[in-house]
Amino acid sequence: MSAMLIAEQTLNGLQLGTMLFLMAAGLTLVFGIMNLINLAHGSLYMLGAYFAATLFRLTGSFLLAGAGAFVGVLALGMLLELAVLRRFYARDHLDQVLATFGLILFFNEMARIVWGPQAVFMPLPDALEGTVTLIPGAPYPLYRLVTIGVGLVVAVALYLLISRTRAGMLIRAGASNRTMVEALGVNIRVLYTAVFGLGAALAALAGTMAGPLLSVQVGMGDGVLILTLVVIVIGGIGSIRGAFIAALLVGLSDTFGRMLLPAAVSEMTIYILMAAILYWRPQGLFPAHD
Amino acid sequence: MTDTTTMTGPLALRAPSARLWVVMLLAVLLLALPPAAKALGEPFYISLVSRVLVFALAAMSLDLILGYGGLVCFGHAMFMGVGAYVVGILAHHGVEETLLFGLLPGTDSGWIAWPLAMLCAGLLALAVGYISLRTQGIYFIMITLAFAQMAYFFFVSLRAYGGDDGLSLAARSTFSDLVSLRDKTSFYYVALGVLIAVGLLLWRVTNSRFGMVLQGARANERRMAHIGFPVFRYRLVAFTLAGAIAGLAGALLANQANFVSPAMMHWTRSGEIIVMVILGGMGSLVGPVVGAFVFLLLEEVLSGWTEHWQAVFGPMLLLVVIYARQGLYGLLPVREGK
Repeated sequence: MSAMLIAEQTLNGLQLGTMLFLMAAGLTLVFGIMNLINLAHGSLYMLGAYFAATLFRLTGSFLLAGAGAFVGVLALGMLLELAVLRRFYARDHLDQVLATFGLILFFNEMARIVWGPQAVFMPLPDALEGTVTLIPGAPYPLYRLVTIGVGLVVAVALYLLISRTRAGMLIRAGASNRTMVEALGVNIRVLYTAVFGLGAALAALAGTMAGPLLSVQVGMGDGVLILTLVVIVIGGIGSIRGAFIAALLVGLSDTFGRMLLPAAVSEMTIYILMAAILYWRPQGLFPAHD
Repeated sequence: MTDTTTMTGPLALRAPSARLWVVMLLAVLLLALPPAAKALGEPFYISLVSRVLVFALAAMSLDLILGYGGLVCFGHAMFMGVGAYVVGILAHHGVEETLLFGLLPGTDSGWIAWPLAMLCAGLLALAVGYISLRTQGIYFIMITLAFAQMAYFFFVSLRAYGGDDGLSLAARSTFSDLVSLRDKTSFYYVALGVLIAVGLLLWRVTNSRFGMVLQGARANERRMAHIGFPVFRYRLVAFTLAGAIAGLAGALLANQANFVSPAMMHWTRSGEIIVMVILGGMGSLVGPVVGAFVFLLLEEVLSGWTEHWQAVFGPMLLLVVIYARQGLYGLLPVREGK
């Protein structure tokens, strides 16, 4: 009984962790490469969920809805980068925090205007309903398993993209010395726009996957944003590997904190974890720049 | 807007006197507001501006570490909230005649509750600062945010004091029959008096040797350390002082709103206080006051105009950050000089 409970909670923790990784990957890339702290990342997650919920209702196909949200937010993210955020790369973090805080207010309010103050319901896709029995006697919802799978596939794909492709090589080079990369003839602006768009699209994917599990509503991105910031700070800002490990660490400690600790402390588990890690290693677990 | 910014150069010499005029004008307007509002039959403005004064106090304390110290604290609402809860919890026990932690009696005396609010917020700031000030830049922003989230969830889980729903203030703070905070005009003048007193204190502090070291560390931390100043300790003292003043602002806010709740320390509230400082102009003491005015009055005007005021306010904020980086107070002397 107890072992089953632990197994189930571990899966829950992994599910939260992989979701957080989808969010954290984009945020940490944008920070590591462009030196931009983007608080509006949570808004992109929210818009992804809204797009997916709307498309799912219109088309009836979950895959189509997910793809639509992915492409839609990819385009929106690139537009946002070109029109607004590009100006902030050279500014200090305070300006970036304020500007993107303004964007959060704007996107939340626009979502309220377009979709109304009530939460939008997004049903589970038929094919993913039901449970699977991985461990005898402990059935686990199929959809949650699929979200873990999606997170792991994205993690592997990102790893391959960054360590094995030319684009990934440019991303790594841009993170360590952007002037040099530019001097070697790479159009760094296009690369920046593409990286920002990719991060935005991954946030939309996280929003799509979270849609049927949580309610799709205004401000749903704000809480996730804070959790994601905790993840990238613990992992070391700019490090994908750090983000992956920290996301799982945060997901598991939050889930087990809720199971084991009294209510007053359980909500605080991850923040205590973060404060402790920063006290011990002020640059996070895997600092990307030394 | 572009031509005014280019004019700051030649007019910079005249700026102090122009700024002094603004400060004096602001002080006269603030002193005259309650009688004027009553004469116009709009007593609502007294409570509105009272709220502005309370947030001006919080923004001013944040500016000590943000503007003068160069430390972007993203958790300032936490100290405000703790100050408010100290007043709220003491009043709760005072009226119920129960003991706090089974030891201490509650009270609604402001002589006890307000200094205690400052003490608790200050001690919390000391502890938070001791850990956070070891980190820098974005990590400092995030760790202060993390502590504010902890405080937020701590008060959400305090079922005995209302939890998520918050706690109605059982009794407003009393000051031995000297003044009744129930009366809106009295509260207004108390808030104004506190703001002016703290403003003068911080003016002395920022112009003292201590203030110079703090500003020097913002400009070049390594150089200050090599001259021989223990930068960490100076910053910790400034952080603690700012926290204590924010706690006082929280005590005022509890009396103004007649209510305390965890929403007071939500992270968006911390963001709003930073916005006030930037909007008005950081690195000055009048700037945050101007910023609090503009922010809360804009909120009032825009929300009267449309319920979706944030859709307008967000882009406005973006434009201020892009084009008016020095804040409104930084722009003011030029306009006054025309």
